[in-house]
Amino acid sequence: MSVRSTLLRRVVATAALSMALGSTPAFSADRELLNASYDIARELFAELNPQFIEQWQKEHNESVEIKQTHAGSSTQARAILQGLRADVVTFNQVTDVDVLAQKGQLIPADWQSRLPNYSSPYYSTMAFLVRKGNPKNIHGWSDLAGDDVALVFPNPKTSGNGRYTYLAAWAASNHDNGDDEAATRDYMKKMLGNVEVFDTGGRGATTTFAERGIGDVLITFESEANNIRNQYGPDDYEVVVPPVDIMAEFPVTWVDKNVERNGTEDLAKGYLEYLYSPEAQRTLAQYYYRVNDDEISDEFAERFPQTTLLRIEDAFGSWGNVMQTHFASGGELDQLQRR
Amino acid sequence: MKRIGDGAATRIGLIALAVIMTTLFLVIPLAGIFYQALAEGMAPFWQNLTSTFTREAIGLTLLIALLTVPINLVFGIFLAWLVTRFTFPGRRLLQTLIDIPFAVSPVVAGLLYLLLYGRTGWLGSILSEQDVQLMFAWPGMVLVTVFVTCPFVARELIPLMQAQGSAEEEAGVTLGAGGWTLFRRITLPNIRWALVYGVILTNARAIGEFGAVSVVSGSIRGETINLPLQVELLYQDYNTVGAFTSAALLAALAVVTLMIKAMLEWHTHRREKTA
Repeated sequence: MSVRSTLLRRVVATAALSMALGSTPAFSADRELLNASYDIARELFAELNPQFIEQWQKEHNESVEIKQTHAGSSTQARAILQGLRADVVTFNQVTDVDVLAQKGQLIPADWQSRLPNYSSPYYSTMAFLVRKGNPKNIHGWSDLAGDDVALVFPNPKTSGNGRYTYLAAWAASNHDNGDDEAATRDYMKKMLGNVEVFDTGGRGATTTFAERGIGDVLITFESEANNIRNQYGPDDYEVVVPPVDIMAEFPVTWVDKNVERNGTEDLAKGYLEYLYSPEAQRTLAQYYYRVNDDEISDEFAERFPQTTLLRIEDAFGSWGNVMQTHFASGGELDQLQRR
Repeated sequence: MKRIGDGAATRIGLIALAVIMTTLFLVIPLAGIFYQALAEGMAPFWQNLTSTFTREAIGLTLLIALLTVPINLVFGIFLAWLVTRFTFPGRRLLQTLIDIPFAVSPVVAGLLYLLLYGRTGWLGSILSEQDVQLMFAWPGMVLVTVFVTCPFVARELIPLMQAQGSAEEEAGVTLGAGGWTLFRRITLPNIRWALVYGVILTNARAIGEFGAVSVVSGSIRGETINLPLQVELLYQDYNTVGAFTSAALLAALAVVTLMIKAMLEWHTHRREKTA
């Protein structure tokens, strides 16, 4: 937004507001940063941002404001392509950041090498939320193909969450049977056949499982599974992390074209680097995200069961490859679901 | 002669049915909004109402209405004047075109504007070279709201102005009145009530519009979130009280609007009787 339009907006909005409430908001920061993020990260960044602002003020003697926008990360990527001037993105899908490089040339193609751990300050994996006492005895991915197990997870076609579930099941099966593709396909057919409801998104699947009481297992990110358990009753649900699982990265990057324009490059970098600091990593771990900081990992070791995590790039080659072979129209997923 | 369905039983039955339906579909949901907003007591309600984000949302909602109403007021009068007082080729077509915003789904309208004015759009790419941003900022939200609400004023005025005809204005011209005098002394007093009615409808829709603005908003908290978007956002956030507080605010605005409308109707009714 240009300076003039911001000013105009302020003036008119202030006039409107003072008429409405008889008060004017008196707050202004030196610089602003817009963080485009995925939709379940609202509370997380509401906690991280004030910490960063305080630290930046201390170190640079400058007051900054962090604005947030949250939506599905594909929606966000498209909005940025269409002109949303986000300075940084904090997504839950690598492919959605790739889009910014490929379709918009807004960031360089090698963005993942700009920050540590493939530009992923925290990560998660898929977990099973089961009903109290784990009555169906679910411990690993192979148990999901059992005869009397009803599954709930979002549709892999529409949801990143569902995509990870599908890929984790595939990779874990391949890992267990020594890359026997035919056996993996048989397993996937059974597993997908056990799905009771395919909701379009993670929130919908949560509602189906926890509020409507459908299904034996809800498969979602470990962080989400723990938050859902805490929200809907720690005594009614258990979180199970399978012994072999997928690494779900949460990629971040600054949007070069936008920070250049907004004059926020140093601030954007500082913000993303802050996410790797012990303080931020502790907050992240408190929200049940796995972190790379060794000390913090040890501190929260109890929350995160040991598991072998497979990277998408190692198990499937690349994300581009995954999208094409598995999720494109007529791909593996479509063929597996044809009964 | 007794008609079918004229019996007391049928009449009572029908009235009861109407009352039950109204209660189920209108009264209970409306009361429910306020009940949910106050479900956890006065303190959380007040806290949500006075939070910075809610205040910003109220400010933006009013800003949109404040800009949309005058724009469409002028546009509506101009359009109605044009199609009822002049004959020109394409007049019928224009009258049909006015209704497009009613016929098109608001989401589609939002998408159209996004494709046109977005960074990669036809006009947007030119604007973005000039460093002008419409989409994902408040001007875009005003723009789509103006589009969605533009038929209201014209639709109220056209039938009335057609019915009234131009006799009075022609008389004015023969007495030597200029264009502005004509409008101010004859046209405006004649269409006054229809105009107010159109403004009320425009205002109500501008405040409540969700679909089109949600497409172009970019949902930046404290910047491009208006009240309807705030309701959705807080609800998704599991903040039920907050969502219903904003919803209650919108409902209250609607009730006030309806009360003004009822007062106006009562006023015109009385005027017609005495006239």
